[in-house]
Amino acid sequence: MTSDAPNIRGRNKWNKGLFLLCFLGPALLIYGVYTVYPIFATFYYSLFDWTGIESAKTFIGFDNYARLLGDSVFHRTLSNNLILVVASVLTQIPLGLALALLLYAPIKGVRLYRTVYFLPLLMSTVAIAILWTFIYDPTIGILNNLLADIGLDSWQRSWLGEPDTALGAVVATICWQYTPFYMILLRAAIAGIPDEITEAARIDGCTSWKSFTRITLPLIMPTIVTSCVLSVIGSLKYFDLIYVMTEGGPDSSTELMATYMYKQAFSKFSMGYASAVSFSMFVIAFLVALAILSFDRSRSRGGA
Amino acid sequence: MKTLKTIGLYPVAFLFLIVAGYPYLYMFAASLKSQTDFFQHPTSLFSSFTFENYKLVFELGIGRYFLNSLLISAVSVAFVILLAAMISFCLARVPFRLSRPVYYLFLAGMMIPVHTTLIPVYMLTKDLGLYDSIWALAGPYIAFSLPISVIVMSQFIREIPRELDEAAVVDGAGRTRLFFSVILPLLTPATATVGIYNFIHIWNEFVFGLVLITTPEKMTLPLGLRVFYGEFSVNVPGIMAALTLGTIPLLLAYFFAQEKVVKGLAAGAVKG
Repeated sequence: MTSDAPNIRGRNKWNKGLFLLCFLGPALLIYGVYTVYPIFATFYYSLFDWTGIESAKTFIGFDNYARLLGDSVFHRTLSNNLILVVASVLTQIPLGLALALLLYAPIKGVRLYRTVYFLPLLMSTVAIAILWTFIYDPTIGILNNLLADIGLDSWQRSWLGEPDTALGAVVATICWQYTPFYMILLRAAIAGIPDEITEAARIDGCTSWKSFTRITLPLIMPTIVTSCVLSVIGSLKYFDLIYVMTEGGPDSSTELMATYMYKQAFSKFSMGYASAVSFSMFVIAFLVALAILSFDRSRSRGGA
Repeated sequence: MKTLKTIGLYPVAFLFLIVAGYPYLYMFAASLKSQTDFFQHPTSLFSSFTFENYKLVFELGIGRYFLNSLLISAVSVAFVILLAAMISFCLARVPFRLSRPVYYLFLAGMMIPVHTTLIPVYMLTKDLGLYDSIWALAGPYIAFSLPISVIVMSQFIREIPRELDEAAVVDGAGRTRLFFSVILPLLTPATATVGIYNFIHIWNEFVFGLVLITTPEKMTLPLGLRVFYGEFSVNVPGIMAALTLGTIPLLLAYFFAQEKVVKGLAAGAVKG
């Protein structure tokens, strides 16, 4: 019997190895090929002068990155992305919170509000982009017609056609699309607060404003931080809506890192340069996420 | 005092109702108008009534885009669910040395912007001979759905009482049987959440389709909508009919499984 023991253990180990290989192997392979490898490949490509059409590549070291630093359109994309990040965080999350709180207010028709408020999130981004392009249309669009109806004819303009208003118009659409997402996240967080706590505060004579700032807000802070991370990362990699609505125009006024990268790669066929843009995007998103998370960690440690 | 305060909330609630809902109403109303009526009264709701636009959109082949989207979404979601469940089972129940690194590998995947992978995936797809085929999308869709799915599912499996596994093991079940006949059935709520979340995302996905598919007959719905948009240009009611049709599947999913959809979307925010 004893002489069999190592044999069995050996076979068990082999069995477990085989099991892990069968269960982990396929997913790790797909994930490795389509997510992990491309990160390294993007960096590798970014070191070359390369059209992507011919296989010939010329190694140029970090020249693409040097070119990025001096590229005024890339600077424009950075500031546009920054505007989008700030606008998203400052509109979507407070509005989402307001909507979430509204759904807890003692008013009639909450089910209706909840259903309708959620709707923008269900439409595909391409559909939203096309729909809002018509809403902003200078002649047939409902926005300009509405302005005419209330006597503000002088405010009418070609919202997406003018560099001054295009970015704002697109950002407003993005906020329309994503506010419901933060509404449901924050609603779930509020729902997670035990009734006893809010009840006790009410009995102690807390006004609703006080109970909001002293109880609700601190307790949903982790969700707010998560929302900020999601909103920031989402805004840094934003692409779909802007690509369909304006293709980055007019005059680069709505160009983002992702749309610029796409154009460089697939319209201008400078794959090497596009890879440098795309790898920079990755680094920026990663650093920002790390910064927010470590800030959050020190905040919660300080609070404890 | 209190009632006064709550009455004040109604205008706010109503304002948001209009902002969130009116674009939908406008889209649907415009899709039922005749072209001439639309250009005479672009903002009126329900001033004429015709199904012509829908008929036209079907004649121009929106059905094809639907079929493609349905096919790739269903196949990708099925694979994601199975693969994510298998990985999550290993992470939660089978102790092995690389368990934590594997988990962190997937966690890190949540931060990766898809665009960073776009050029290599495009090159790879060409090398694999999958370029311009609907199946070119399966790899990226599965890979990008795995992180969130693994996180949600492994969390869920950790909460399943271990006694259930032990009972099965005592009955002589091996790991494979344990997974298929105990864990997988118990995982159903997580499967539904993950399935709906990924379905919505894949159904709406745009950029991989844009890069990997060029032939209109092989396009998914979001790409097809863009083709309609480009070709119709002046037939706004026709475009609105296409947009309405493209949104219906998600609306249906929402109305039949509201709680699941909300939960599924909220799952996207699990904290790392």
